[in-house]
Amino acid sequence: MGNYLFTQPFFKKNGKAVAIYFLVAIVFWFVFLVIIPQLYMLDLSFRSNVPPLARGGPQDYYTMEHYQHFVFGSKTSLDAFNFVDLGVFGRTILVSIVVTIANLLFCYPIAFYIAKIANPSTARLLIVSLIIPFWINELLRSFALRILFANEGVINNFLTGIGVIDQSILFITYDIGLYTGLVYAYILLMMFPLYNAIESLDINQIEAAKDLGSSSLRTHWRIVIPHAKPGIVSGCTMVFMLTVGALATPVVLSSPNTLWFPQLIYQWFNMNDNWSRGSAYSIILLIISVIFVLAMMRIFKVKIGEIIK
Amino acid sequence: MSADVELNNVSVTFGSFYAAKSVNVKINGGEFFSFLGPSGCGKTTLLRAISGFQDPSEGSVLIDNKDMSGIGPNKRPTSLIFQNLALFPLMSVSENIAFSLEVRGVSKGDRQKRANELLELIALEGQGEKKVHQLSGGQKQRVAIARALAVEPKVLLLDEPLSALDLKLRQRMRTELREIQKRVNITFIYITHDQGEALTMSDRIAVMNEGEIEQIGPCDEVYNNPLTPFVATFVGENNPLFGKVKEINQNKIKIETPDGDFVSTMNENKKLNIGDEAIAFVRPESLFLPRDGDSFDNLIDVNIESFEFEGNIKNFYATLKSGTKIKFSIPNAIDTSLISSGTKLQLGFESTKSSILPKAQLAID
Repeated sequence: MGNYLFTQPFFKKNGKAVAIYFLVAIVFWFVFLVIIPQLYMLDLSFRSNVPPLARGGPQDYYTMEHYQHFVFGSKTSLDAFNFVDLGVFGRTILVSIVVTIANLLFCYPIAFYIAKIANPSTARLLIVSLIIPFWINELLRSFALRILFANEGVINNFLTGIGVIDQSILFITYDIGLYTGLVYAYILLMMFPLYNAIESLDINQIEAAKDLGSSSLRTHWRIVIPHAKPGIVSGCTMVFMLTVGALATPVVLSSPNTLWFPQLIYQWFNMNDNWSRGSAYSIILLIISVIFVLAMMRIFKVKIGEIIK
Repeated sequence: MSADVELNNVSVTFGSFYAAKSVNVKINGGEFFSFLGPSGCGKTTLLRAISGFQDPSEGSVLIDNKDMSGIGPNKRPTSLIFQNLALFPLMSVSENIAFSLEVRGVSKGDRQKRANELLELIALEGQGEKKVHQLSGGQKQRVAIARALAVEPKVLLLDEPLSALDLKLRQRMRTELREIQKRVNITFIYITHDQGEALTMSDRIAVMNEGEIEQIGPCDEVYNNPLTPFVATFVGENNPLFGKVKEINQNKIKIETPDGDFVSTMNENKKLNIGDEAIAFVRPESLFLPRDGDSFDNLIDVNIESFEFEGNIKNFYATLKSGTKIKFSIPNAIDTSLISSGTKLQLGFESTKSSILPKAQLAID
């Protein structure tokens, strides 16, 4: 058995020691850091909320109450549905989709410029200047944006100072700060898959299209975008998943009146001490994320292997 | 419809480097014209200047007597076939061919009709639905030609499109390209470093070296009467014999070399004077083994070193008295079994089959 295993191409290619390390590391990562915690959460989400000491006791039983709560609200509520949580959830999904699209629209021209137009030294400079801001912690970046967008912040002070406006624009109240922060937060995760995909396109393809009479726009539509599709899908899924699960940016930048779905999850876990309900809400978010990825793959007819490439 | 292409004093510079330098050439409508030269000689730069991807730093490009400056590649009556063909891998063969019509807003039905016509022209009927990667090398080549022809360009530009093919296919495609050119009757401008390709297909060729044109003319003229040592050694093979001009007599010129005196007809440049350093060139196939009764203008003593058998010919490598090495080829039809290394021979060649040119850079240096 052991001998049979070691004659496999994977072992021959990498050598025994490295191959075993790879296997152990991957299995550890997948089983202990992904599967077991998720299964634990899944189990928890169907259990009644009891203090740790009461676990396994008579009060600890399987129930759908947390999922029911998400849809219909508390049993004492008079509303037919849990409009508050559903509203937060719907808005989070919708805004995340918009943020993802905005991210794509913002990154595509830049990625194209770096990959195909800029000379190598300019391209390097641009990539470095994209990366450097991300050496700073996400929370601090969000606070920096808060300072820019506050009612008495840099932008408002500047605009009132030069007399363009006479009253502060309520960037934070209207969540403009939040949306900007969310677009900015995961920009690299859109930029690099796009850049990689576009970079691999033969420049002759673009020139050939042009030579055949194609306008720039059409060349993008017919040649560059179809080629970059796996990169687009890859970038969009990553940005969507991270946006929909973002916590730090909404905590700092969202208006006091609105909540981001992960904030809700956070509240159930940490403030209300209801891990079961928090788990149920997390599972709902996970399912939506998976559906989004599958939908993207279906719509763009991309296979999972192409995305990871 | 074909068009004249005229390059007026075209220079292209990258920094202080001249990729093309003061190029003047007029290519006639309907002509198959080749730019021949080693890699880096500026021929691709010229092609890009004609297609509009490269603006000349100086001079102008005229197509159909119209100045092309400021007109982009998508607005010129030219189509370019790329060295790697640049077919669109995500589109079908038909979509590839009809792409230029699609971008011009031609309806789907008309596009399909034109694609089918072109598929017939390139003998790929019924293969329009295939993906590009399902085609063989030669088929891809033909699809690239059809795609370039779909908009009925006045000038077709070809950038070494045969270089990726194997020998047999390359030879067949030469004939095919020539036939397609005759059928569609438009100007073909062909770029190549392969003199065989240039000679077999072209009406005229321009030989380029370091950004400049060394000679323009019909193929046989360039081959038989090279005007510079570079052309003499780049187009076909040539044996250089270095020496000094000894006599000039009407249209005959005599050169004195360590291996004897040689006579050649003077070329039209007539640049040489007595005492000038010069090179006499004689091609391997112009050197003959004299038989009884033969008389040659020039005779040369050689000492055979080695030989190789190429099939239709046998190549011999020999040294002259001075140590200069030369090569000569004898058709396989002639019995050469008695010649082996160490054999001493006398070879002859005609003055009309040799050129004496002022000393300058050779292509083989």
